[in-house]
Amino acid sequence: MEKRGGMATNNSVPLAVQLSGIVKRFPGVIANDGVNLIVRRGEIHCLLGENGAGKTTLMRILYGLYQPDEGEVLLHGQPIRIGSPKAALANHIGMVHQHFHLVPTLTVEENIVLGLNEGTGPFLQFKKTRQKIRRLAEEYGLQVDPGAKVWQLTVGQQQRVEILKALYRDADILIMDEPTSVLTPQEVDGLFGTLRTLVAAGLTVIFITHKLNEVMEISDRVTVLRKGKAVATVNTPETSKAELARLMVGREVIFNVEKKPPKLGEKILDVVDLHALNDRGLPALRGMTFDLYGGEILGVAGVSGNGQHELSEVLTGLRKATEGRAILEPHDLTECSARTIADLGVAHVPTERIRVGTVPTMSIRENLILKSYRSSAFCKWSILNEKAAYENACKAMKEYEILAPHDGTAVGNLSGGNIQRLVLARELSGSPKFVVAAHPTYGLDVGATEQVREVLLKQRDRGAGILLISEDLDEVFQLSDRVLVIYEGQVMGIVPAEEANLEEIGLMMAGSHREEVTS
Amino acid sequence: MMKTPAWIQIDRRPSPSGLTVFAISVIAILFALVMAGLFFEFYGVSALRAYGYIIKGAFGSRLGLTETVRGMIPLLVIGVGLVVAFRALFWNIGAEGQLLMGAVAASGIALFSGIPSPWLIPAMFLGGFAAGALWGVGPAILKAKLGINDVITTLMLNYVAIYTVHWLILGPWKGLTQRGFPYTDRFPTAAFLPMLGGTRIHLPTLAIGLVAAAVMYFVVKKTRVGFEIRVVGENPDAAKYAGISQTKITVLAMVISGGLAGVAGVGEVAGIHHMLFNPSSIALSYGYTAIIVAWLARRNPLAVILTSFLFGVIMRGGDVIKISLGLPFQLVNVFNGLILFFLIGSEIFVRYRVRFGTKKETA
Repeated sequence: MEKRGGMATNNSVPLAVQLSGIVKRFPGVIANDGVNLIVRRGEIHCLLGENGAGKTTLMRILYGLYQPDEGEVLLHGQPIRIGSPKAALANHIGMVHQHFHLVPTLTVEENIVLGLNEGTGPFLQFKKTRQKIRRLAEEYGLQVDPGAKVWQLTVGQQQRVEILKALYRDADILIMDEPTSVLTPQEVDGLFGTLRTLVAAGLTVIFITHKLNEVMEISDRVTVLRKGKAVATVNTPETSKAELARLMVGREVIFNVEKKPPKLGEKILDVVDLHALNDRGLPALRGMTFDLYGGEILGVAGVSGNGQHELSEVLTGLRKATEGRAILEPHDLTECSARTIADLGVAHVPTERIRVGTVPTMSIRENLILKSYRSSAFCKWSILNEKAAYENACKAMKEYEILAPHDGTAVGNLSGGNIQRLVLARELSGSPKFVVAAHPTYGLDVGATEQVREVLLKQRDRGAGILLISEDLDEVFQLSDRVLVIYEGQVMGIVPAEEANLEEIGLMMAGSHREEVTS
Repeated sequence: MMKTPAWIQIDRRPSPSGLTVFAISVIAILFALVMAGLFFEFYGVSALRAYGYIIKGAFGSRLGLTETVRGMIPLLVIGVGLVVAFRALFWNIGAEGQLLMGAVAASGIALFSGIPSPWLIPAMFLGGFAAGALWGVGPAILKAKLGINDVITTLMLNYVAIYTVHWLILGPWKGLTQRGFPYTDRFPTAAFLPMLGGTRIHLPTLAIGLVAAAVMYFVVKKTRVGFEIRVVGENPDAAKYAGISQTKITVLAMVISGGLAGVAGVGEVAGIHHMLFNPSSIALSYGYTAIIVAWLARRNPLAVILTSFLFGVIMRGGDVIKISLGLPFQLVNVFNGLILFFLIGSEIFVRYRVRFGTKKETA
């Protein structure tokens, strides 16, 4: 690649980081597709994007954890190759990961000096270390007891240790990967205070997030990533949440699916005041109420982590509701097991189709009967009917265009699109009356995406009620007959698709009720 | 275009072929043989000569061969059960204790039940199966309901079983005709298992082992329950998603696994010793060795027939090197350890294809 040392800029502000044309491929995915990013010295620069947009991958390249397949990294105007985190640190780049890398049984100061060649010979000099930690802590408002064991600290305090670790190594560029996802609102305020002190002292902060509020509150500039590409870089004061939402999810309609007007059937699902906890035991659903009719697609729009995942699990029996009902006449789904719900004709296309929706080491044939293996069609006197399973596989592979050498191929060998077609083939085989489809096209290529959408529309036209959970607003707009916006486990409003506009939905996704938006 | 240098490239191998797995297992055993050979050399015995003796001792005579099969029987019966437990992702390290509890139940029935002769032996096998299963089900329930680590509970129950046997043979079951030795009385002859003429091969246990291997192969591969066991073992999240009860499957797998270990215990007391005595002389670490047997069989119940025979040879080899070369029998444990070490190490080569060199241009 030609040398472009002094990339032309019309700006007098010195640049901390320039990434140009960064490409990073993983088997089957392009995580970064020619990304350009310019971060000025002394600013808080947000990287905004949905899950899977390539934010973390890009920063891992800057931190030396990944090597780019193509592209160039410039640090303070000089081209550089960062081969490892060690090299990154040597160049004063620090990163605080979403999941902390601390040794819980060691003390704060032990964690901070871990891996450094401090002291004389094999001995550590904690007195000097402790002084430096104290000084840094005081300077930047990172109060934490250097002698405390890490396991005794709160999550917020552990994050401070991570930041101190980077500062102790003289980082002047600090990458924070979704730092607020684990914090309480008060801790977030503290963190933001610290970050402002850091930039005031001349450091540069790159802040990865998918939360619009945070971008508006903390950043000087923001670069929006979408599907592996940087779509825009804007000055924060000159933008709005609505504009960012639009940039983040993309406005242009790529796909043209033919959608007939809905033929509404009877009400099939009645959800009333549904509450549930997330895996950490915190409230995830906080009183959701909505209904769903046969022959319609109800799209659930929202920024990820606002209860969508928990909602899909509660409705399919994988998570217990703490309060409320979900009536699928005549049953209350909150009182049924996953097996009963499946037998009632509820199909579930799960968020994590590989980790949850399939058994990767087992064959296509066996995965296709994962839910129906007990039925008389596939099992007689406790013995599986392999011929029936084989015929079922042949039919499904043909109908859903699952491309594989044969029905005995392990599912783990298939591409993402083929796996999703397999999951759809299995879930939709019994003509379900209610379908929960979570991120059905996430990570799929254009062709597969279109196909999946067509399949869902076909089910709707057949009369099934479909709950479509997606972070892809294009998809929600295209497929849904009504759009439900979810924010922190609550329904912000339900908008008929023809009345919905992106700006309004974007504001509701950021936590405004529909009444506030429309008035 | 850039070319990324990479010294080692590792790719997933989602479904390794049977041949690959077999070849990798054989290579692992060869590595263990070479390493164990070094130990022979340390003792001043040529490794080749030692292996020659072992092969001759295990196959060279009728006595050698039948003794090899004798050692193979408990390993086969336990190993088949362990394969089932491992397939359901339950790490049963407690076959040693389950074997002993099976032996205890068989001894109790033989000595005290008064069941008439044609029914006595079947009753002992049933009782042994039930006792072993009971010993295995506890940890299964603890794991499924409370998330308590299965390795620890099954392992600890081994010691409970060992001391239970000690207590019985020193206390309530101490034989009146054994001149104060810590043995139970000898079983009535109706409780002796039929043997292959003039050998120590107890036929019923061997038959149970062979049938169990075939049946479990069929169950795992072709039946509804086997399907559920595989789904739970391969991807517990998918099992939950498909509405399969992990508790039910874990308990079932441990009934089979513990029960078969119990059956092995019945075979040892009713076929070989005809009494209950020192637990370590009855169990002979079969319960631990069978873990390696099951591991080497790579989740295939039928393959256990082969791998248990291999370990029968190794155990027989221990006798041979003790008698012919004056080396300690414990070298067998060293050898077993080495095999397990290399087998577990080879696991990565089964699941991943590792290549050395430079990555091809991707674009």
